[in-house]
Amino acid sequence: MKAVERVMAARASNRMTATDYINALTGGTFLEFHGDRRYADDRAIKAGLGMIDNIPVTIIGLEKGKNTQERVARNFGSAHPEGYRKALRLMKQAEKFRRPVLCLVDTSGAFCGIGAEERGQGQAIAENLMEMMTLKTPILSILIGEGGSGGALALAVANEVWMLENAVYSVISPEGCASILWKDANKMAEAAQCLRMTSHDLLTMEVIERIIPEPEDDKAEFFATLKEQIIETLCQYQTMTDEELTENRYNRFRKYGQTVKIYSFEESNV
Amino acid sequence: MFNSDFFTFLKPKNELEKLPSERSNGNERPFIPESLLIKCPECKKMMLSSDLAENKRVCVHCNHHFRMSARERIAVTVDEGSFVEINGDMTSKNIINFPEYTWKLANAKNRSGENEAVITGICTINGYKTVLFVMDSNFMMGSMGTVTGEKITCAFEYASEHHLPVIGFTVSGGARMQEGILSLMQMAKTSGAVKRHSDKGLLYITVLTDPTTGGVTASFAMEGDIILSEPHVLIAFAGPRVIEQTIRQKLPKDFQSAEFLQTKGFVDAIVSRAKMKEVLGKLLMIHGYKNTLSVQEEKEEILPDDTTAEEDIE
Repeated sequence: MKAVERVMAARASNRMTATDYINALTGGTFLEFHGDRRYADDRAIKAGLGMIDNIPVTIIGLEKGKNTQERVARNFGSAHPEGYRKALRLMKQAEKFRRPVLCLVDTSGAFCGIGAEERGQGQAIAENLMEMMTLKTPILSILIGEGGSGGALALAVANEVWMLENAVYSVISPEGCASILWKDANKMAEAAQCLRMTSHDLLTMEVIERIIPEPEDDKAEFFATLKEQIIETLCQYQTMTDEELTENRYNRFRKYGQTVKIYSFEESNV
Repeated sequence: MFNSDFFTFLKPKNELEKLPSERSNGNERPFIPESLLIKCPECKKMMLSSDLAENKRVCVHCNHHFRMSARERIAVTVDEGSFVEINGDMTSKNIINFPEYTWKLANAKNRSGENEAVITGICTINGYKTVLFVMDSNFMMGSMGTVTGEKITCAFEYASEHHLPVIGFTVSGGARMQEGILSLMQMAKTSGAVKRHSDKGLLYITVLTDPTTGGVTASFAMEGDIILSEPHVLIAFAGPRVIEQTIRQKLPKDFQSAEFLQTKGFVDAIVSRAKMKEVLGKLLMIHGYKNTLSVQEEKEEILPDDTTAEEDIE
């Protein structure tokens, strides 16, 4: 598949959203919590507590919504600062009880608007990056659809980052990149390729640990496997000391750009 | 940039403030070549470029703060001769083979005379020793690539190791898209380094300069214990044009200015360039850092570190 085809697949309106993952993984035990205790509840982020088998997990998902009405209510999965602050509040709560955190990332980006700027979108994201780096509980982030820049990263400073095969993760949208560089948003296919935003390219750059194959018709099997992998990974990190956990996370990100390395990518999928 | 409409209508008060071509009678005053004159974009008045330089690149008429290069910034901020650069040789490469990036990097180096969009080092400010990083808008609009992030991270790690404060001057168009996702990762990496430095009880002051936007705003620019800004700086996560396109309406006039952000609670203080050094020195003093008159004797100590870092990066 070409990069642009994966971008389209990641954005497809019939793609599973965070709610599907939350329901399937927690088997109906999920309890949603609301609000950042400062300003409002941001419905672009669905967060709360649930049991994945017998492990209590704090789950934070960027939710795009299923139909037009819900998409509008959820601002198409583009969070405001209060969304990121709600996420951080619940992560701190998870840390208190040493409960692992699972983040499900699916957003075209943090919202760009007057309210978002006035309430400190940049500051909210920055705080998450800082605080997540030293959170004393395991964090696993899974990119299930779109991973749009800082708005995605603010829920992806994790011990491991996984990605659905057709998910994408990028510093800028291919349209944005094309219009800035070539003054032509129609060149987005070319930009998507150049940005190296597909799961395979990101694995090459060690930005993700694992590619999750896309679900086929049998969703039950897909979730059973995913659940098994999540439990195995969370248990493994749960045995680490606080220091080992945060050291692991710091080193995971410390390596990017520590040496100037020229990457070569397999071009078979072009 | 701000209130420019208002000032446009003020007539020049004397002949010198007019453009040479506008002057009624060129013979009345000594001829000054246009190359020596600079027009303030804010009040539209003319001044000698030497006067502007002497005034720390602040308009002598209206106090408008011109942008300045990182080297100029260092020169007006640190004690003379105290700056020792770290990792000055680190330089970006076209790591994901992005079109035109190799050429753009070469062009940026030529234009700015720098190897990267940030200069890092140690210095003293009014006798107080500190780690300093200064971003440069002349290098690809201060965009953050992997080497930018690496130099800033190294600066924080050096400061953590040597129990030094960090002062950072930010100016940036955001993450450098030509390095793809790896530039985004620098936001997390630098934030981690800031957090570790902070957890050691060490001071970090950010000084926002025009413009500070995107991934830099959403990482180390907003993570200072104390966030200062120069006057009338554009501070944004998403730039005004992006927002106008998203919401399809015009933004209020000084939306996203430092003054606006201060009223919203995101900037501790707005400090003019003339006062900056004094304020920084005072803050370092208040936080109990010791006053040394020079860091010269420690140059030997830094240089071996410097060499190792450079080997790592090659």
